Amino acid sequence: MKKIKLVFVFLSFVFSTHAQEDLLSILESESPEDKQYAIATFKSTRIINGQSIETRTQGTLEFIISHRFGTLNSGVNELWGLDRSNIRLGLEYGITDNLTFGVGRSSYDKTLDLFGKYRLVRQSNYFPITATFFASLARNLDNRADESGLERNAYTGQLLLARKFNDRLSFQLAPTMIQRNRVESLDDANFLLALGIGARYKITNRIAIVSEYTPVFTDLSDRFFNAVAMGVDIETGGHVFQLHFTNAEQSIEKGFIGEVDQNFWDGGIHYGFNIVRVFDLKSKRRSFTD
Amino acid sequence: MNKTILSVSLCLLIIEATYAQKFKSSVSHIRFFSDAPLEAIEATNEAAASLIDSDDRTIAMIIPIRSFSFKKKLMEEHFNENYLESDNYPNAIFKGKIVGWDGSEGVFDAKALGTLEMHGVSQKITIPGKLTKTSQEIVLETKFNIEIADYGIEVPKAVFYKIAEVVEVTAKLNYSVYEKN
Repeated sequence: MKKIKLVFVFLSFVFSTHAQEDLLSILESESPEDKQYAIATFKSTRIINGQSIETRTQGTLEFIISHRFGTLNSGVNELWGLDRSNIRLGLEYGITDNLTFGVGRSSYDKTLDLFGKYRLVRQSNYFPITATFFASLARNLDNRADESGLERNAYTGQLLLARKFNDRLSFQLAPTMIQRNRVESLDDANFLLALGIGARYKITNRIAIVSEYTPVFTDLSDRFFNAVAMGVDIETGGHVFQLHFTNAEQSIEKGFIGEVDQNFWDGGIHYGFNIVRVFDLKSKRRSFTD
Repeated sequence: MNKTILSVSLCLLIIEATYAQKFKSSVSHIRFFSDAPLEAIEATNEAAASLIDSDDRTIAMIIPIRSFSFKKKLMEEHFNENYLESDNYPNAIFKGKIVGWDGSEGVFDAKALGTLEMHGVSQKITIPGKLTKTSQEIVLETKFNIEIADYGIEVPKAVFYKIAEVVEVTAKLNYSVYEKN
């Protein structure tokens, strides 16, 4: 009888440890490693001047106002640039989560631009980068320009490659080619090769520092410079405010690559901002079923 | 004598097999809802995993934050990036003990007492709910409120959609007998 009692005590001891076996560690060991995509590599579809890898999700419409004042070194009579302004108004719509189409109109040269953006691959725990292809057509619609037909067109092709290294730091490279059908002087090439280099560092959840440098590899005449830009992104729900300093006056590729005639380091700095507002046109409602 | 020991052991092993059972969630629906002034914020999650031990009535649950699905994708991005910071805190974890249930079959108004860890903050919490047990299944249904400030989730004043400070959580989980893989 004593022996049975002992066995019983022993077994109940075994049971109690068994029952205390940590449920959480079982769950953790069994939960599968899901594929998880990097989100919000950049807060906006623009780093500053240039496109970011971000596309709009399906059914969302973005309204983007890009505004550039004159240059800081233009003197008191120009109120250090605040008297002048160039503005681009743009609309972008997500056809699918990966495909965005956009249209914009810049006051500079009354330029109309159309573009398409397609996300080829997304960064995830299985793939290191996001790659997006960007192509645009820009057409000078200014009646005063003595250009005709295709001479008014410029085309841009870009491969945007970005990596979100951690929740704060993102980095992007953008090999770029631009074909301008008409240039102002014979010294300037019609076809340009350039590299957009951009980075974002989040200071808080809603505020980030961004910077951008876009060297052009094709020889340009001496009056042109590479675009430099530095700024702050502030995100407040459905809006993103991007405030920045840049030597580029235009907000489209053919303008801030190859047509920058201000030296950033010599005070040729335009104060500018982008205001981005996103509208959800098609809400996908998922019902909660019992 | 040896025979007796053997039969007692056997008997106990059988008892263990019947009673010390674990149940694992096979279907889970978790929803949170916040009635904010401008627009209601709602998200659902079907990726939660949970285990219940009917022997000692303990329960554990892991809810992957990234699996909350919003009808507005931008809101989902903000939820992950700005509020729950899911890159740093990927899961909400609940661990506790169910009281008001003795492990038997039937319908019970039970409570789960335990800790909920979310956004890197652990809080003691009591979750009221209904537990229905049959021989092969357990169903849990619950509805409770969470104050997001308790979990260190900040809501800045200057956001365009105001976010309520209390969110209502509704959950329904179906459990079936757990077999070790």
